[in-house]
Amino acid sequence: METDINSQDRKDLDKFIKFFALKTVQVIVQARLGEKICTRSSSSPTGSDWFNLAIKDIPEVTHEAKKALAGQLPAIGRSMCVEISLKTSEGDSMELEIWCLEMNEKCDKEIKISYTVYNRLSLLLKSLLAITRVTPAYRLSRKQGHEYVILYRIYFGEVQLNGLGEGFQTVRVGTVGTPMGTITLSCAYRINLAFMSTRQFERTPPIMGIIIDHFVDRPYPSSSPMHPCNYRTTGEDTGVTYPSVEDSQEVCTTSFSTSPPSQLSSSRLSYQPAALGVGSADLAYPVVFAAGLNTTHPHQLMVPGKEGGVPLAPNQPAHGAQADQERLATYTPSDGAHCAATPSSEDTETVSNSSEGRASPHDVLETIFARKVGAFVNKPINQVTLTSLDIPFAMFAPKNLELEDADPMGSLHSDGSSGGSSGNTHDDFVMIDFKPAFSKDDILPMDLGTFYREFQNPPQLSSLSIDIGAQSMAEDLDSLPEKLAVHEKNVREFDAFVETLQ
Amino acid sequence: MNCRSEVLEVSVEGRQVEEAMLAVLHTVLLHRSTGKFHYKKEGTYSIGTVGTQDVDCDFIDFTYVRVSSDELDRALRKVVGEFKDALRNSGGDGLGQMSLEFYQKKKSRWPFSDECIPWEVWTVKVHVVALATEQERQICREKVGEKLCEKVINIVEVMNRHEYLPKMPMQSEVDNVFDTGLRDVQPYLYKISFQITDALGTSVTTTMRRLIKDTLAL
Repeated sequence: METDINSQDRKDLDKFIKFFALKTVQVIVQARLGEKICTRSSSSPTGSDWFNLAIKDIPEVTHEAKKALAGQLPAIGRSMCVEISLKTSEGDSMELEIWCLEMNEKCDKEIKISYTVYNRLSLLLKSLLAITRVTPAYRLSRKQGHEYVILYRIYFGEVQLNGLGEGFQTVRVGTVGTPMGTITLSCAYRINLAFMSTRQFERTPPIMGIIIDHFVDRPYPSSSPMHPCNYRTTGEDTGVTYPSVEDSQEVCTTSFSTSPPSQLSSSRLSYQPAALGVGSADLAYPVVFAAGLNTTHPHQLMVPGKEGGVPLAPNQPAHGAQADQERLATYTPSDGAHCAATPSSEDTETVSNSSEGRASPHDVLETIFARKVGAFVNKPINQVTLTSLDIPFAMFAPKNLELEDADPMGSLHSDGSSGGSSGNTHDDFVMIDFKPAFSKDDILPMDLGTFYREFQNPPQLSSLSIDIGAQSMAEDLDSLPEKLAVHEKNVREFDAFVETLQ
Repeated sequence: MNCRSEVLEVSVEGRQVEEAMLAVLHTVLLHRSTGKFHYKKEGTYSIGTVGTQDVDCDFIDFTYVRVSSDELDRALRKVVGEFKDALRNSGGDGLGQMSLEFYQKKKSRWPFSDECIPWEVWTVKVHVVALATEQERQICREKVGEKLCEKVINIVEVMNRHEYLPKMPMQSEVDNVFDTGLRDVQPYLYKISFQITDALGTSVTTTMRRLIKDTLAL
């Protein structure tokens, strides 16, 4: 197409779009991790914060995004999509949202790249930050843990909205015009969350494109496996790094001119070679899965993974209720910029406490999940090896044991095509003992956390069970004539007693 | 230049007023704040980094994103607290509104003082309802959360129309466009005001103004 854009502007624009796409993916995935995000403002430009926003880069996510893009950029007819879906512990899954970064033909030839486009992309990212918290999947992702997890998948090409069910809604985050076309960011999200009520996917042959495709490459042009919206970086001492990290940390020193826009051609963005270790590469990112604990206290940050962590304490309750391993993050606050991840104070509203009064779509989902005990742990602890316990979603991990649905779920962590993002993680998971706030930091076998977990799902009182109730009722009826006879014998005493009261 | 005006309305319970107002104000200010400018020679400047953080509401099923600036948060909480107290003390129907106005300063010659020219005004009208049962309150938590989601979408839609924004100023004029008093971020110059509407539907402030004018006219 005929444009007046010169080559330097074109290069700048391509770079902006590339990093905008990467940051978009980061914002979306981080918003579905299930924890609050917090980054620090810095009055001095650090040179590594694209669009003047502090958005951390999770290496695995950047890696996946780059893999999906494969060196291309979103263009007309080629959209970058981030699919967010939910997967239950039984293996049922459901697409929740599709975020699309698209380009259309409407060009804005007059706009200035290094100034206006850049600032508008920054504004669009801020809008994305806001919008990712208001779609229904956000609240679902904040409560993920026991019953379900949230997965993401990035693909490039045509947008596929079939999996969202009927009546899905769309929200437009925003648009930015450029000389090459208009960048559009939007989200299509499911509103019908009731698919589980039919349980039609349970124990039936996997349906093409829904279940098995979550764990193998999809038969789509740019197929990619699902990834959990939880992650572990491998840490610096394991030596596994992504070569592309340097690229993503490319420093962007932006200099703007205060001259009128027509004279902006004299100011240029300057790029410096990557400064490794700047910002996010040093951090191990938190993964928090303590949503099932029903605690309103914030979880304490634990020892960094480099120190080897704390050995797994075998304090799992016998009946396996809520006994998921505390998958708290190992976290290295090297610059203190990352805030403590705290689960929502509404943790008391877990699935087992679904309140009947709720009329939101969550109601349906939660009612289905209610009364499930220990979704991830329906096996006694001794059947699972210690190594397997280290893995989050131990149910999903490939086990050569007696897991009945091993195949569809097995590849979540051992999927080779995921680029080793989880392949080396078995050795790196460090089990951290859950330490609830205000509890003593000791090694007593029955600390507050253990007590809480053990007695969270107590067995039903025997006197309330129907059989025993019926039995005692029958016994009572049988003994009734005898009791009446005794009372009749003592009727004079009773009468005398009553007279003393009057 | 005309001032852009947007109006949002919410119905909330008394204890939700603060959080609802903060959610809206912070969402607007997130879009209307940049990093600190650092001017260099030759008229160029670089921009600092804006951090963000999620805030969970205690009385509403809602989470909003705000700029990571404690100073800004404190300033907003102060004025929202005053608004909430004024609403509570008004004893009327519980109707009020807050206005967040972005303006530019135009320097005037002495003895005239600088002119403040608004270019965008966000008005949030609040209607406070009283609920009787815990179940109603629970439903209200969710409903207000959903309403605030809609408001955020509305705000984002307006922001992305890319309508008038003040031109980036030179160093000498940056204080006419931005609030440079904060340590870590730089919002556009703004002011927040509020009004409480009494039962008659007239604003208390306009009544006072009328009284004073009438008195002076005598």
